[in-house]
Amino acid sequence: MMNILIAGVGGQGTLLASRVLGKYAMLCDKDCKLSEIHGMSQRGGSVVTHVRIGDKIHSPVIWEGGADMIIAFEALEAARVKHYLKKDGILLVNDEKILPMPCITGAANYPDDVKERLVAAVEKTYFVNAQAWAVEAGSGKATNIVMMGALCRLFGFDKEVMKQAVAACVPAKFAELNLKAFELGYERV
Amino acid sequence: MLTNKAIARGAYEAGVAVLSAYPGTPSTEIAENFVQHEGVYAEWAPNEKVAVEVAIGAAVAGARSMACMKHVGLNVAADPLFTVAYTGINGGLVIVVADDPGMHSSQNEQDSRFYARSAHIPMLEPSDALEAKEFVKLAYEISEKFDTPVLLRETTRVAHSHGLVELCERKEVGVRPYEKSAAKYVMMPANAIKRHVVVEARDKAVAEYMNGLEINRAEYTSENEIGVVCSGVVYEYVKEALPNANVFKVGGVHPVPVPAIFAFAKKVSKLYVIEELEPFIEDTLKAAGLDCIGKELFSLQGEISVLTIKEKFGLDATVEQPTQVPARPPVMCAGCPHRGVFYVLNKLKLTVNGDIGCYTLGAVPPLAAVDTCVCMGASVGMAHGFKKATNGASKNVAVIGDSTFLHSGVTGLINAVYNQSGITLMILDNSTTGMTGHQQHPATGKNLKGEPAPVVLLDELCKACGVKDLQIVDAYDVKAVEKAVKAAIASEEVSVIIAQRPCALLDKSPKPKMTVDGCKNCGVCMKLGCPAISRTKNGIQIDTMQCTGCGVCANVCAFNALKLVKEGK
Repeated sequence: MMNILIAGVGGQGTLLASRVLGKYAMLCDKDCKLSEIHGMSQRGGSVVTHVRIGDKIHSPVIWEGGADMIIAFEALEAARVKHYLKKDGILLVNDEKILPMPCITGAANYPDDVKERLVAAVEKTYFVNAQAWAVEAGSGKATNIVMMGALCRLFGFDKEVMKQAVAACVPAKFAELNLKAFELGYERV
Repeated sequence: MLTNKAIARGAYEAGVAVLSAYPGTPSTEIAENFVQHEGVYAEWAPNEKVAVEVAIGAAVAGARSMACMKHVGLNVAADPLFTVAYTGINGGLVIVVADDPGMHSSQNEQDSRFYARSAHIPMLEPSDALEAKEFVKLAYEISEKFDTPVLLRETTRVAHSHGLVELCERKEVGVRPYEKSAAKYVMMPANAIKRHVVVEARDKAVAEYMNGLEINRAEYTSENEIGVVCSGVVYEYVKEALPNANVFKVGGVHPVPVPAIFAFAKKVSKLYVIEELEPFIEDTLKAAGLDCIGKELFSLQGEISVLTIKEKFGLDATVEQPTQVPARPPVMCAGCPHRGVFYVLNKLKLTVNGDIGCYTLGAVPPLAAVDTCVCMGASVGMAHGFKKATNGASKNVAVIGDSTFLHSGVTGLINAVYNQSGITLMILDNSTTGMTGHQQHPATGKNLKGEPAPVVLLDELCKACGVKDLQIVDAYDVKAVEKAVKAAIASEEVSVIIAQRPCALLDKSPKPKMTVDGCKNCGVCMKLGCPAISRTKNGIQIDTMQCTGCGVCANVCAFNALKLVKEGK
């Protein structure tokens, strides 16, 4: 049983990341359920996608304290969902800061020490420059696939099968770019 | 496969020929996926009432048909719903309704199961994608066996979860012959009185039949243990949280399989009902004289989770407290054509009667322009009410999107013209149904398949409703918007302003970018609430990854500090 929570900001490509993991589960002949939220919150709000892989899955939703890994596309979003992580869980964070509107308008402050606090609280915390590496691979939009590469290595997923899953989930003309992004995430995490 | 896609697949495999729907989260993907299949017809209707009427027409004509909507859409379609229960069908008819406990993208969390009971229509509720596809097929069997429409209910966590699904071949069922029968299909009092008798008899027959179906089943795990009655996604949570409990899985939520649950209750130590929202199953059981515990433990509000179930049953559910971090509410996208409009309405301190769509976000600071939002189309009627209550003195504006205007705003406009309230109506025409993910509608020039379609012209439609004072402005031109609003407010007759600009997410062409030079840090552009603009001690900064070069910030800058630079220069 593997529970993976993907957290990010609407528009960051969290849905595609969950589809890749779903495809991976299918290729491995495992049961899998994903849960995502569409609509209002997708407009720049916090979004969370749940991925559960195992022999038989009931709930499509992961509960607090039940995630083996959290993949956060933004540091503040990692802090927001940290309590979903199991005690020995892995926290993989894209080292990026996106100001929420209350911080832009000055109604709230973006905590300066969010990164330090995450590192102090979770032993297995990995910060990656996924956005920069995605740009290096050819497009900032492949940030989610860089994260998939990093996840693949940290979790010890079958690399070749994961690459098949990536290729199956992205448009054919961007397959090469995304596989490069995947490799960068895998190599550098 | 996404459950909504599985429902579409189930409809395809069941031989459904006609589907009509109006987009609404979390139901939208059903129509979008169904139309991908060969040899079927599917459409976006202007609203849910029309969608259900189309589906009824197709069913009476003899084809298997489907209508899909979110929970509040069923309110709009309630009129035909209650009476099609009387007429019955010919070809099978299934109406899919998607509830939204927790209000992920809705204005209320009403419980659609009560429609099934009060309209006397059987309702099925699947727990995941696999079941959803099979339940659709079963729904058509029940529909045709008992000459009744059937409701299929899902909730957000089911609709927007993916699970493994096995595909089957389509079963061609053809079109049943239509036979004229006024006594059955013309619901005037003399006929309807007789049909009501049929409905009551059918209720009993359906209840007896569904009580014995496999979808309503007891799953015994241990003797002398508690028993839990549940349905939908809650069944999955219960299996996860209480692995030792005996479970009664309700797949047909109306009529509740009372006799089967009585038999289950005899074999368990104590009976519980766990359900999201209202105590629908619980009340039915209690009314039938069965002692059970339900809402004594669980809230009427929001979603239930694996953890809340564990907690209520005294199992270890301790988790660390969530970290306190600033909220990240949804915002209008960078380049959203609605932004400048709300900036103007806020600046002019007008009362704004808002509506349902992305532009509801005009209520969020710093724009904070919207005063009211109730339901689809309500902006226009409410603006009229404001005027009538204040003898015309109210300085208010109704704001509605193009798709929502065609859904149910146009009737409000006809009322305002006819009853002479002199309202100002702004139609924010972004050429799409934005919030639900860019669906076509009658004014976009394309149909559900993306093929060319005749265009309903919004300006001509308003004129045909009797509107004489009509202005069309570019939504990005803040000064023109302000001028138009001032003129419309000053006018005593009904005024319509159509603010045009396609949704910023649709235009994928390379954009000019804003540059900042000579910023006085006055903060005016910060009032736009654009996610691409942030402020530092030395003035504002533009996030070029997000900026679409819409130029609205340049339009509000008094110091000419913001300029557009073409790509590559």
